[in-house]
Amino acid sequence: MRWTKFAFTVLVVAPLAGVLALAQPAPPAPQARFVVVLDAAHGGDDTGGRLANGQLEKSFTLAISVRLRSLLTARGIQVVTTRDSDVTVEPDKRAEISNHAAAHACLSLHATQSGSGVYLFASSLAPADPARFPAWKTAQAAWVTRSIKLAGVLNAALLNAGMSVTLSRTSVSAMDSMACPAVAVEIAPEQNAKHETIAGLDNQDYQARVAAALAAALLEWRTEARQP
Amino acid sequence: MIPRYQVYLFSFLLLASLAMGAALWHLRERAHQRLLVGQDSAPTSAPAVAPAEQAALLVANDTDGSILTQLHSLPLPADPGARARAVLGKLLDLYAAPNAAHPVPGGASSVVQVFLLPAPEIAGAAPAAGKPKSADSRTVVILPRESRSVIAGSPTQDAQQTGPLLAVVNLTGKFAAGHPSGIETEMLTVLSICGTLRANLPRVTQVRFLVDGQQRATLAGHVDLTRTYLTDDLLTAEEVHP
Repeated sequence: MRWTKFAFTVLVVAPLAGVLALAQPAPPAPQARFVVVLDAAHGGDDTGGRLANGQLEKSFTLAISVRLRSLLTARGIQVVTTRDSDVTVEPDKRAEISNHAAAHACLSLHATQSGSGVYLFASSLAPADPARFPAWKTAQAAWVTRSIKLAGVLNAALLNAGMSVTLSRTSVSAMDSMACPAVAVEIAPEQNAKHETIAGLDNQDYQARVAAALAAALLEWRTEARQP
Repeated sequence: MIPRYQVYLFSFLLLASLAMGAALWHLRERAHQRLLVGQDSAPTSAPAVAPAEQAALLVANDTDGSILTQLHSLPLPADPGARARAVLGKLLDLYAAPNAAHPVPGGASSVVQVFLLPAPEIAGAAPAAGKPKSADSRTVVILPRESRSVIAGSPTQDAQQTGPLLAVVNLTGKFAAGHPSGIETEMLTVLSICGTLRANLPRVTQVRFLVDGQQRATLAGHVDLTRTYLTDDLLTAEEVHP
């Protein structure tokens, strides 16, 4: 009679258990962590441009990166940085770090003494369909459309903070190899309508305002990314 | 006391050295004279003075990030390569002038040479320009269509010479080293060079850059110089200025 009990179990109890299991509400899937890559440009031997008062671009970008990382981490955003100190990081390595992080947004931080306000650059690669094995030098092509949208969100936040913004496209090798929505942010001194400098790059208040605006934009981007 | 035979020997060697020096000097002079005789330095043809023509230069401005067309009258050679070098030289002279809107030291001598080659088919080349649209954007036509016919390349019957061209611009290392660092300023230089080539040589559809004859990663630390820039997208560009 043992085989009869076994058959009863298989034919009746197991399907019933399956139906009961399906009837139970599924536990909510854990929400994917929102990841942002901050790429402080230059570093180590590569000093970047020379800014006012002898400041080097590599130092400025690192300072902004640290400031922005603090703001984002405090808001629950996971931040991956390409460098945390004055070290040389090759452009390919920067793209590797970004691509390993599977980031929702990648910001490449730069500074310049010429011009005014904040410049936002998306890659100038022509948009392309995602490929299973994208070419390294043009990996960004599949993300250009999203990168331009991200640039638009950053633009809105910076404008909201009262800053002058210029949107453009460019070709920077590290950014062109990134497989994520990527924007190069180049910060210049703040000038008024008469082209007089009202806040230099060494102005802590100006740095804080730029970082706060970028953080606000990334929060907005996270909200958009989570919408179905 | 120096032996007599050593004095004779020393005197002999000294005289021999002087004689050989004199013989060498004489041979050198003779060779120099022979060289001069073989060269005819008299001018055989009058120097060709190219007539002044109007060239469309796409001049960048750091203040507002714009690139606007300026027409300049300058002598332009008939050879397309020399013509390209002449217009780029004039453009870089404008940038090297005091109070330039896009200051870049170097001037005309920064362009070593411009090679014009048949343009290859390429995939994934970067458009030289093209800016994302925005509700606030204003359109700046940086290359008026009428200016494209101002200076055309020399017409030729050869089908190979009517196709699209790749311009390889060889810049000096001094120019790259002295160029201000920054994405915007470097991009403006690259765009204005590409646009100026396109405006004056409409067959130029692709532009590549060399520095001192070698490929260089970036112009001044930012903008990629290893890429081929397409000039087809240079007709219009949008920019945002709140």
